[in-house]
Amino acid sequence: MNFLINFATVICIAIGVYVLALLSWYVLLALVVLLALWMALTRRGKQTWSVTKVGIATIPQRLGSASVIVVGIAGVVGVLVALLAMGEGFKQTLSQTGDNVTAIVMRGGATAELSSGVSRDDAVLIAQLPGIMKDAQSKPITSAELVVVANVPKKSSGTDANVELRGVGAQAFALRPNVKISAGRSFKPGLRELIVGKGALAQFAGLQPGASMNLNNQQWDIVGIFESGDSHESELWGDVETISAAYRRGGYQSVTVRLTSPDSLDQMKAAIVSDPRLKVEAKTTSDYYSAQSEGLTKVITIIGIVIGTIMAIGAVFGALNTMYAAVAMRAREIATLRAIGFRGVPVVVSVLLETMLLALAGGMLGGLIAWIIFNNYTVSTLGSNFSQVVFAFKVTPALLWTGLKWALAIGFVGGLFPALRAARVPVTTALREM
Amino acid sequence: MKYLHLIWAALFRRKTRTVFTLLSVLAAFLLFGMLDAVRSAFDAGSSAAGVNRLVVSSRVSIIQALPQSLLPRIQTMSGVKDVAYANWFGGYYQDKKNQQLMFQIAINPSYLDVYPEFVLAPEQRKAFESTRTGAIVGEAAAKALGIKIGDKIPITGAIFSNKSNNETTWTFDVVGIFHASEAKMRGLENQLLFRWDYFDEGRAFGAGTIGWYVVRVSSPDQSEKVAAAIDALSANSDHETKTQTEEAFNLAFVKQLGDIGLIVGAIMAAVFFTLILLTGNTMAQAVRERIPELAVLKTIGFSNQSILGLVLAEAVLLIVLGGVIGLGLAQLLLPAINAAGGGRINFPSIGLSTWGTGIGLMLFIGLVVGVLPALRGMRLSIVDALAGR
Repeated sequence: MNFLINFATVICIAIGVYVLALLSWYVLLALVVLLALWMALTRRGKQTWSVTKVGIATIPQRLGSASVIVVGIAGVVGVLVALLAMGEGFKQTLSQTGDNVTAIVMRGGATAELSSGVSRDDAVLIAQLPGIMKDAQSKPITSAELVVVANVPKKSSGTDANVELRGVGAQAFALRPNVKISAGRSFKPGLRELIVGKGALAQFAGLQPGASMNLNNQQWDIVGIFESGDSHESELWGDVETISAAYRRGGYQSVTVRLTSPDSLDQMKAAIVSDPRLKVEAKTTSDYYSAQSEGLTKVITIIGIVIGTIMAIGAVFGALNTMYAAVAMRAREIATLRAIGFRGVPVVVSVLLETMLLALAGGMLGGLIAWIIFNNYTVSTLGSNFSQVVFAFKVTPALLWTGLKWALAIGFVGGLFPALRAARVPVTTALREM
Repeated sequence: MKYLHLIWAALFRRKTRTVFTLLSVLAAFLLFGMLDAVRSAFDAGSSAAGVNRLVVSSRVSIIQALPQSLLPRIQTMSGVKDVAYANWFGGYYQDKKNQQLMFQIAINPSYLDVYPEFVLAPEQRKAFESTRTGAIVGEAAAKALGIKIGDKIPITGAIFSNKSNNETTWTFDVVGIFHASEAKMRGLENQLLFRWDYFDEGRAFGAGTIGWYVVRVSSPDQSEKVAAAIDALSANSDHETKTQTEEAFNLAFVKQLGDIGLIVGAIMAAVFFTLILLTGNTMAQAVRERIPELAVLKTIGFSNQSILGLVLAEAVLLIVLGGVIGLGLAQLLLPAINAAGGGRINFPSIGLSTWGTGIGLMLFIGLVVGVLPALRGMRLSIVDALAGR
């Protein structure tokens, strides 16, 4: 019999946690309103409310053990939200890069710009493909680009990091209207001048305007800062011909083109297939950059959930301990209530409610800490171009909501067993105890 | 030791509470074990690397090639025992997604002498030396991708196209499967190594240039001198080199990924802070409940110090018990995860250093959570405690 009841409880918990995981905020809000109505209007509900009030009123007397629930759950939620915010920030940075009216053309089979190669002849052919928008002088809007890597020390560790150096054509700014020079001026074609992205400037040493860097024994001057709000901010930009001379490169690595409309990509792809000279692939820049974040984002999410789960298991046992102690402390009082006619439901609901309120406090505390410390915390890692991508943690409302749901689930699991125990102990035993 | 029975009885006075606390401690140290294993995996590349190896790469950036003409000049330098060279191939087998599972590197014959970490059966080594299109694959990669000796495998060269067929596909004959000499270096097994001559003659561009040199010096204390001499060879040319120990090279690479140590440290700080609060609360409760008992012990002659010791020992025992089980579980779990991952994941096993740090932490946390309750027990006045005041 006992076994059956325990088994049923476990099933109930599994269902409860599963439902909670799927819940959207307005459903939860509706449930809360329903609960409030029940407590305000029905007899049972009123009983529940009065038992809950007593429970909450005794929290200050056992602040130490109540804080175990709050702090334990805050720890879980804080770590979980921070890790997920790292993945989210990386994903956002790359998915904001590019759009669906510019396409990037790389050699077939290339996984990233760095491993691609497009010869000068091919670049000319690509510029003549159909579907490319023309500018006022009826020249196609394209930019053949070179992506190389420069060793620049990272500010945080002092060790060399791979910083992406992008050589761009004259129309690069027309292709990417979000790129704005925020300080200094742009580089002049033919001169050894570079502009630095805002993110790169913040993460790497010696890139401020006015400084110069040494590439292959040549002095390159940094003349300005640009902002774009996407992953290009991790890069240094310069004139493609000057950079390819410095790195002794014969060709380009990619050609970025402006499409007349999102649909004209298919037209362009068909033209590429029918031209035997071209062994290249075209995709929209938004597809290209979004795909780059997939791997790392997935890894970070899995790590976050595994670590969060192990911590949550620890926190559940902490909550169980606290609530069993709380129920034991109030055993006589609860037994008295039941002796004078209170039924099981109000007792179960009140203990559960108390635990979940403490859990909610913990979840909010954890989310708040994660938000204060980590929102917009900027770091960089090695991206798929074998160079640093600078990104900021993003603690989004959706992540905070996920954190709160975890907190409620932990509270639910940690509160249900003690609640059932309180309601099931025979009244006579409980009154005689202590 | 003679009090162990007493401490044990006190610890399990309230079974449910102790078991729940033990499970919390267990979860914390399970996490510690796994995270520390991951952290040490990232450090392993640097600490396990041979101290007598130098990596010579371009000063401008790792992707810049170096001229082959440096080879004879480095070889004849005093203090240099052996020089190997290699080039990154950057292709993939079957699917782009497999890129992380098997990196391809073109190597010259002496590469395997410079890296004794790659263990290859002698007859397979011979076959590799006699087959121009031969390749050897790490055990982990072979397992993950289902590659066997005798297979002919096509690799799509994402960077290098093949002159012979004017396509990006290169075909290799798998002639050997190598494994890493030590379990903690299993990361080395996610590679395919193939012959330099096949690569250099086949590639459409860049022939005659080298990705990086690996130099074995005759003794580690000469590393610095040799490194400076190698860099001097190309100083002020258009292909300046940067020579560093393999350890420094690998460390810089790991640091590029991000500060793994900091992330692991921050998570563990949150976990242990919570744990201290939780177990501290348990201990405080346990002592509060037992005040009359402690008073009785004092009455029958236990000194203040022994009461202090008893409570402290109880706290330490609680944490060590849970912690050792947790770390042990992590030790069992990691190989199981590796097996389930089929070569895709390679967690290193938990080493002595993790156990050492773990046990140190357990003792420390045990003392921290035990000290306040223990002081309370020590300062009890027998009369008040027995009277229940």
